[in-house]
Amino acid sequence: MTRIEEKLYQLRTEGEKAFIAYLTAGYPDLETTRALILELEARGVDVIELGIPFSDPLADGPVIQKSSQWALEKGISSRRVLELVRKVRQKTQIPLVLMGYYNPIFKFGEADFVNVSSDAGVDGLIVVDVPPEEAGQLKAEAERNKLNLIFLLTPVSSEERIRLVCEWSSGFIYCVSYTGVTGGGEKEEEALASLVRKVRTLTATPVEIGFGISSPDDAKRASRIADGIIVGSAIIKEIASHTSHHNLVGRVGEAVEKLVRATKT
Amino acid sequence: MNYSRVPDKEGHFGRFGGKFVPETVMPALKELDEAYQEAKKDKQGFQKELSGYLRDYAGRPTPLFLAKRLTHHLGGTRIYLKREDLAHTGSHKINNTLGQVLLAKKMGKTRIIAETGAGQHGVATATAAAFFGLPCRVYMGEEDMRRQRLNVFRMQLQGAEVIPVTSGTATLKDAINETIRDWVTNIRTTHYVLGSVVGPHPYPVMVRDFQSVIGRETKKQILTSEGRLPGYLIACVGGGSNSMGLFYPFLEDKVELIGVEAGGWGLSTGKHGASLARGTVGVLHGSKSLLLQNEDGQIVATHSLAAGLDYPGVGPEHAYLKETGRARYETVTDKEALEAFELLSRLEGIIPALESAHAVAYVKKIAPKLAKDEIMVINLSGRGDKDVEQAASIISHPEGK
Repeated sequence: MTRIEEKLYQLRTEGEKAFIAYLTAGYPDLETTRALILELEARGVDVIELGIPFSDPLADGPVIQKSSQWALEKGISSRRVLELVRKVRQKTQIPLVLMGYYNPIFKFGEADFVNVSSDAGVDGLIVVDVPPEEAGQLKAEAERNKLNLIFLLTPVSSEERIRLVCEWSSGFIYCVSYTGVTGGGEKEEEALASLVRKVRTLTATPVEIGFGISSPDDAKRASRIADGIIVGSAIIKEIASHTSHHNLVGRVGEAVEKLVRATKT
Repeated sequence: MNYSRVPDKEGHFGRFGGKFVPETVMPALKELDEAYQEAKKDKQGFQKELSGYLRDYAGRPTPLFLAKRLTHHLGGTRIYLKREDLAHTGSHKINNTLGQVLLAKKMGKTRIIAETGAGQHGVATATAAAFFGLPCRVYMGEEDMRRQRLNVFRMQLQGAEVIPVTSGTATLKDAINETIRDWVTNIRTTHYVLGSVVGPHPYPVMVRDFQSVIGRETKKQILTSEGRLPGYLIACVGGGSNSMGLFYPFLEDKVELIGVEAGGWGLSTGKHGASLARGTVGVLHGSKSLLLQNEDGQIVATHSLAAGLDYPGVGPEHAYLKETGRARYETVTDKEALEAFELLSRLEGIIPALESAHAVAYVKKIAPKLAKDEIMVINLSGRGDKDVEQAASIISHPEGK
């Protein structure tokens, strides 16, 4: 079992919802990202999803786009993100998922990327623009290295695609909570709840929902539907508004803790 | 080699192509693929209707014109121009947009979106949307909006909403990112009219098929006027739709196919758009192809005087034709393209688009070395009205870029 699976099954046994926090690696800098991971763990976050910046993040909304562009301008590369993981892994056992786009991974070499990730202490991988149809080699490498490869589903996914993703996704299934890119737009709560119900009839793999959760109230409602929630843009926004604050890490930690509490109660 | 065997069902041309998109887009691609396959077979319905629009509304067939003064100027090799500049809206882009918007209508979609670089595809999409009575939104890089003000106004005049894109490099690639974001958000109601042979399957095949009317007409016309096939077909390549449309009906023939990419300031400067000449394998905008990227797999900024060639990727079928050796790809610089722009204007009274001027510039290099009885066809993919302002400022201030 990976750290992700251990954590999510343990929470399920205890009847508790999971809180997964997204951070763009290198935003505002790698040292702060490292400190944020430890801070968020202390505030009750269960899993960290670490975004690898990409020049053309076509599935992300403006908030995460800007953070990626910032990180790239500061010279963040996939290798430096993996070094960060290696470093932070010495301090914590929190489950770490890398989230990115395919091209930097392809360029790195799929086998090498998965090997180095696993060795650095990564537990899972989400590659936004690789559906199961194109994921053959990644899946084989991930299995060889005992890494979870996590796929997404949306309320527009057909029965056929839901089956496919349930078969392919390991660690958890990532359901996007509205038809859209991260960080805005109205929710389609009922469509989502119905998606989660369908998924549950097909697999015991935990279901986490994300995209567009920004307030404690959102967090509470969304977490009822699934095994847990993923929060991204709201956290990046919080970082963005404190980039010059002397206690950025603490401020972001406080904000996230409010969301965590709403999720857990 | 049998070129009709590619792509496979998932859109792979050898190791290129495929569907690398977020999950949200997958059902829409399947729906599109099914609708397109059906439309392709529907000779009496869809195909007949589209041919009617292409003839009566877009002005097809476009002429194949023997450029006598250019021929004489370059030593006698017979140079023909396929006059896509005479198609409605002034470029070949209308062939694809009429096809796609008609398909969208048949699929019950109620909203059209598109990206544009030079603005030609945006104009052609706005036109087709007006023609079929659908609302249309076009995403365009802020930098391109500045370079192509006339086209922005043409789109607006036809009722389209033009949205400036400021992310990334604020050019064509970022406009595509933004259009995909819109599509992901509005996938149920909206059809994305992609303008080139790029993107996830089925776009590269579908756009190629809609543009193949160029090659089919050329073949018929050259056989009528010369009684034989040309030795060379030459077209510019950005994403690669006009060249693919010209080349495709000739793939099985003994005809040399030459694509001309944007050499920008010169390949050694790094300021160019030559993804086939200088790119490496990667994935951008939904398919695997050759890309201009750095060591970390980040897409790099490109440069071309011609906004329509200012793109870091290229259609997967071109990458495949390059790899199999069926086509070859050359580059010409901004300066050479600008010289060809002036030359064709002066000799033939035809102002080419700066994109198409790249093909003319390459012919200018090789025609003098060829025999007089050789035949070449240049795809004159668009007219240059949109570029006159930009060209004038460079010609009168040569020290600028």
